Amino acid sequence: MTEGRALVHGDAEGDVVALTAPLSFWGGLDPATGRLIDHHHPQHGAMLAGSVLVMPSGRGSSSSSSVLAEAIRAGTAPVAVVLADADPIVALGAIVARELYGISVPVVHVADPHAYATAATARRLRIRGVAVELVTD
Amino acid sequence: MPLELTDEERAMLAGREGEAAGTAMRILVETAEVMAAPRLLPITRAHVDGCLYHGRAGLDFAERLVAQEARVTVPTTLNVGALDLLHPELVQLDRPTAEDARRLMDAYVVMGCRPSWTCAPYQLEERPAPGEQIAWAESNAIVFANSVLGARTERYGDFIDVCCAITGRAPEVGLHTDEGRSGTMVVHVRDVSEELAREPAALAALGHLVGLAAGPDVPVLDGLPPRLAVDGLKALGAAAASSGAVAMFHAVGSTPEAPTLAAALGGHAPARSMEITPAELRAARDQLSTAAGDASLGAVSLGTPHASATELDRILSLVDAAGPPIVPCYVNTARDVLAADEARAEALRGYGVTVVTDTCTYLTPIIRQVDGPVMTDSAKWAWYAPGNLGLATVFGTTEECVRSASMGRVWRDRERWGG
Repeated sequence: MTEGRALVHGDAEGDVVALTAPLSFWGGLDPATGRLIDHHHPQHGAMLAGSVLVMPSGRGSSSSSSVLAEAIRAGTAPVAVVLADADPIVALGAIVARELYGISVPVVHVADPHAYATAATARRLRIRGVAVELVTD
Repeated sequence: MPLELTDEERAMLAGREGEAAGTAMRILVETAEVMAAPRLLPITRAHVDGCLYHGRAGLDFAERLVAQEARVTVPTTLNVGALDLLHPELVQLDRPTAEDARRLMDAYVVMGCRPSWTCAPYQLEERPAPGEQIAWAESNAIVFANSVLGARTERYGDFIDVCCAITGRAPEVGLHTDEGRSGTMVVHVRDVSEELAREPAALAALGHLVGLAAGPDVPVLDGLPPRLAVDGLKALGAAAASSGAVAMFHAVGSTPEAPTLAAALGGHAPARSMEITPAELRAARDQLSTAAGDASLGAVSLGTPHASATELDRILSLVDAAGPPIVPCYVNTARDVLAADEARAEALRGYGVTVVTDTCTYLTPIIRQVDGPVMTDSAKWAWYAPGNLGLATVFGTTEECVRSASMGRVWRDRERWGG
């Protein structure tokens, strides 16, 4: 089990999509489809909907909170986000989606590089409050 | 360490200052905890980005605040929306989306924000003073406010921007504090001629590279000529905030908190350093161009971030010299900048240049079906347009763009770039 700090509380479980570079949801996530659409990104084309998204941090545009909240509303968002940096822009999208729609998408900060690497290479992750649990089956 | 609130802030949180202030304070407090802020601090201004339509969630949020009778408590400017309210015929959004985009813009005006509709609020008359604590959204405005104006803001974005404006508070953390503003990495600019270093597109290429390398660091650029023009620093910051998350940089000899390298570093040793040479600036220029350099051109887009009065004057004089564009040519600017000199805008229109206000050509469907790549002098535009609009791009100087527009094919100033 890997410990993290819950930036936004909640429980979730899903298959991992691990990004090797930071992602700006604005210009990077299509809330209509849940796909990663940033042409510059190494994981361009990846399906993020329903995943536990593990990524180093957000990047660039301050509009990313809106795009994440919209994807959460539309059901095309990741079910949880695990970050190596405590990115408030990502957390805020989840905070406002919970405020507006009552949908919880936990956002967890895993600062320890070894623990983050473990999360990024897992096949499936379960988030319980502050705990990021690796599911092996 | 828990967030420490004043009695007034606690009253707001409990809803005793109205329902909207309670909502805004609740979201602000949770975000301040994410940012590990020890307390909140009072702000004097805000710039709100939430008025750009990204879908239903942003509209639901703004209209909930309006229903709760939210009012901003500090002077607040508005970023671009998805519509050009002065030239509505330019934007080709489907009708339901256009209606929602308009409702969103209206909601923020109802909350008491000023309908400035610009991503370059630092070009407005009432811009913040050095040392002023503010809450600004829009990545290029944030980096300009911190770096060039010496005002103090963290990276705010949709939702939190208006929460700060309603509560008049921001988390006391990061770039709001003295410690957070010191440079942590040094970028040595080597062998770049003064002429190239004063070219805004070269500074944009530099900013692009700095953004890719900086991560969470505050970069200090050393080796540039002193007293760089603000439009060049604007291009540099906008590029660094697009390819990366740069919210503040120092340019030694140009930005207010960097009279010397040592001052910019705040007396600390930098964690790391890197070098950038002219060959790397050319490589960045080419990386920002997804189309081949000899292509025939589809259109030209200038003014991202919104063109300043100085930039509009330069574009006009370049068009005067090169001749009118033979492909569609767009210039984005602020309605205030446009109104300050209508004759200049008329002269540009007389040459067939389309002037866009209130929004931007990379955010909303304005550029009509084009046959060929779109050339731009903005690293930010070149970075985002392929994903947003599905267009190929060519990045170059403003002069390269204007001359190319008059020829209908890409012209490169090899002498300026050194290759």
